[in-house]
Parts: sequence; C-alpha cells; structure tokens
Amino acid sequence: MSDPSPLFDLGTMRLPDADATSALALRLAPLLGPGDCLCLMGDLGAGKTHFARAVIQARLTEPEDVPSPTFTLVQTYQAGGLEIWHSDLYRLSDAQEMDELGLTEAFETALCLIEWPDRFADEMPEAALWLHFTMAGEGRVVTLRSARPDPWQARLAGVVPG
Amino acid sequence: MSDPVTILGIESSCDDTAAAVLRAGGEPALLSSVVSSQTDLHAAFGGVVPEIAARAHAEKLDLMVEQAVAEAGIGLRDLDVIAVTAGPGLIGGVLSGVMCAKGLAMGLGLPLLGVNHLAGHALTPRLTDGVAFPYLMLLVSGGHCQFLRVDGAEDFTRLGGTIDDAPGEAFDKVARLLGLAQPGGPSVERAAKDGDPARFALPRPLLDRPGCDMSFSGLKTAVLRLRDRLVADQGGLHAGDVADICAGFQAAMRDVLAEKSRRALAGQSDLTGFAVAGGVAANQTLRAALQEVATPLPFIAPPMALCTDNAAMIAWAGWEAYRAGHRDGMDLMARPRWPLDTASAPLLGSGRKGAKA
Repeated sequence: MSDPSPLFDLGTMRLPDADATSALALRLAPLLGPGDCLCLMGDLGAGKTHFARAVIQARLTEPEDVPSPTFTLVQTYQAGGLEIWHSDLYRLSDAQEMDELGLTEAFETALCLIEWPDRFADEMPEAALWLHFTMAGEGRVVTLRSARPDPWQARLAGVVPG
Repeated sequence: MSDPVTILGIESSCDDTAAAVLRAGGEPALLSSVVSSQTDLHAAFGGVVPEIAARAHAEKLDLMVEQAVAEAGIGLRDLDVIAVTAGPGLIGGVLSGVMCAKGLAMGLGLPLLGVNHLAGHALTPRLTDGVAFPYLMLLVSGGHCQFLRVDGAEDFTRLGGTIDDAPGEAFDKVARLLGLAQPGGPSVERAAKDGDPARFALPRPLLDRPGCDMSFSGLKTAVLRLRDRLVADQGGLHAGDVADICAGFQAAMRDVLAEKSRRALAGQSDLTGFAVAGGVAANQTLRAALQEVATPLPFIAPPMALCTDNAAMIAWAGWEAYRAGHRDGMDLMARPRWPLDTASAPLLGSGRKGAKA
C-alpha cells in the first residue's frame, strides 16, 4: 500500500467527556453534505461510534436506531434528501471489498462516516476529513486533518478552535 | 391445518448464506437446514470474515437451496411455499436472496413470502418449543439486543434494549482488548472460568436507572482502562489478570442482563415464557442467571444452530405469515432497514435521551 497523501492539521480539541464528543458532532453535522467523508480513527473505546451516532442522530428527521456497523459493515440512513453511510472497515480484508459494499459509489453521492479507515487510507476520498480520537485521562483528544485542508478550514471555523 | 405444508426458507442478509426445508401444518418437522459458514476463516481476523459481495451470496444461494432440498429428501416440486429474508441487512445479500426466491416462486408457481430477519429470530421459540403468545423475548442478533413482548407473528412491542453495543459485540471487543481469540463469547467465558469476578470492580451501566434499557459501551471502555492501568503498573498482563478481568466483565454483564430481564418480566402480565435467543444463552454464567429470573415462567433457549443466522427460522416465520393469509408479489422489495416495532422510540445511539425516555 502506498502512503496516502500527506494530511494537514486543522486543529486539536480536548473532549473531557462523552457529552463533549456529542457536542462536537452536533456542531459539525449541519455543515456536512453528499460527497463528504469523515474518517474516524482511534483505538477501541476511543469514541468513534459514539461520535458517528451523534452525527447521524443530528441529521435524521425521523429518529431511528443507529446500531454499530461492526457486524453489518455498513448501515445506511436516509436523512431527508441526504443519504448517510456508516461503515466499519475492521473486518474487511481487501480494498476491492469496498467496491463490493458500494462504498466507492457512496463516496460520490452520500455522507460517509468510516470507522477503522487506517488500512485503506489511500482508498479514502482525498478531501476526506480525518478525525483521530485518542484517550486522554478520563476524556479524549481529537485531532482533525485533511489532505485538502482549504475547503475544511472555512467550514470548520467556529467548530474547532484554532 | 390438516395438510402439511412444505416451506423452503432462504437467508442471506449478513455473513452466511443459508437454506432450509420445513414441514409445517401439524407438528413442525425441520427436514433440513444448511448454512455456508466460514468458521475456519474467522480465527485469522479480529472478527468474523464477512460475506460481503452480493455476487458471493448469489453464487452460493442455488447450491444451498439444492443441498437443503436434497437433504430433505424431496424435490423442488414437493415445495409449497418459498420464504425469504427481505431485510434488514446488507442490501446486496438481501437482494440476492430475494431475487433467488422470486425466481423459484415464479418458476415453480408457488406463493412467495418476504420475512423480517429479526422476526425470524423472535419467532424461533415457537418452532423449537411451541411457545404460545404472548411471551417475552430477549433477542440478541447482529448488533441488536432488545426485550420484545411477542403477541403475534407480526405483533412485537419493544420494552427496551441496549442503547449502544450489543453483548456479543462487547464480548468480541473485550476479547480483542485482551488478545483472546474471536469470536469473543467462548474465549472470554473460557478465560473467566479461572478468574476471580470480585478482584476488579467494573461498572453496571444503567442499573441505577428505571426501565430495561442497557448500555455496554462504557463497560468495554472500563475494561480498556483497567488493562492499560495493569500494563502500566506491572509492565504487562499475567494470565491471572486476564482471567480476573474476564470474570469481572462477565459478572457485570450477568448482573445487568439479569436485573433488566427481571424488570422487563415484572412489567408484563399473562406471559407464557421467557425466551432468550443468541450467544447470550450459550454462556453458562449468563444463562444460569437468566434462567433464575425467569422462574416461575418456563425459560426457553433454542439450540445455538437456530439462534445464529439460519434459514429454518425464515421458513418458520414464512409459515406463520402464510397461514395468516399473507402473500407477497414479484414486487417484494429488499429492505436494508426494517424495525420490528416502529411504534416504540429508537434506542440505539439515542444516548441519554433514549435511556431516560
């Protein structure tokens, strides 16, 4: 696997508790649309699914269950006119399977929230926003990066300090 | 109900492709049930290797159908009804199954029935134990874990469930954290056998709140922190630590499941039994605790082969729909999302709001 494009820093935030993670998701959710991709990195328990759920719930017009995609690989949602794909790539063995799942196409047409994107970094859209969650004491720290930082910089103003 | 009806069930909504032949109409007889499993491949990964491609399902479907019919000792022409999982699940897989079923129904001139995969699980106690409505069901399947009151083949009321991780997922992830084999259910249980459940205090999430909603994500995080603290303090994990963590985790899981089951049962009258489907019933510690809270009601745990994804349950649910007079047409749609109970508020990912509601 070749190295993915270098990622540029877009800011780092402390998230003292789960509510802070939800609050970040709530601020970010309204800014997202079709063709946007959030790559959610971090160890088990770092809060990836919690964050993704909060984004999805914020956009759903009719609330519904948001189960973890760990078993099903992909969960899709229809939020008004916006299609949302929530995917967990941990169990994928081969980049070709992303195509089989329909993810490659969804990158163009849907809002995609991708957990465990690490092994398939160069298959992710270049304009993806990478959120890296790490444990920090009782809370978490999230670092936001993108290979195409300019469009994000403007959108993230007011969402992420610095 | 005098004439027996022979139903072919088809299931392809997740990892496995399955087919089964069931004879119903009197005492039900499961003539065959075959699943194309990839168990041997599982161990190599941190999880179960998924059958992703619609193509892969499509390739296996006719083989599975062929095998199920052959093992039943009948021919395709002896079938009376075709039942197929129409959702929820991975759309490619569901679609392959629905197309296969449509082809068979059309070719053989037989009635077609689209079945909800979760209804298949929830109705299994009726196939295996002839349980009468209404009963309470703890249904654990593919990321779901919910208490359902089952009043009819299409009448499900969700009383509560997990708002985040399902128990199976928590077991898998704890196993991953501790370097134990996948799937996590059996390996954590094995490790817990020699462990001291009292050495580490792990949380019992949502136990202090009324109702029967559950949360297991925080329990997973607590195990992670415990592991990291032990590694930092002693430079690694001893086998005894892993055993004690597993025992403590299992005890927390047991306490939560038992107490929430007790509450779900206490809130209902006229139940005929308490049924538990899924890996939870395969764990001896959890099973014993659930069995105890069921008393004096009968405790029903269908055999594991009929709790994991299978087509026998689809054939049975198809039969229940068939005898209720349902028929689906060639316009039957594959539905990636298909909640059993649309009236009750969503739980998963609804966070604190859901837990309080």
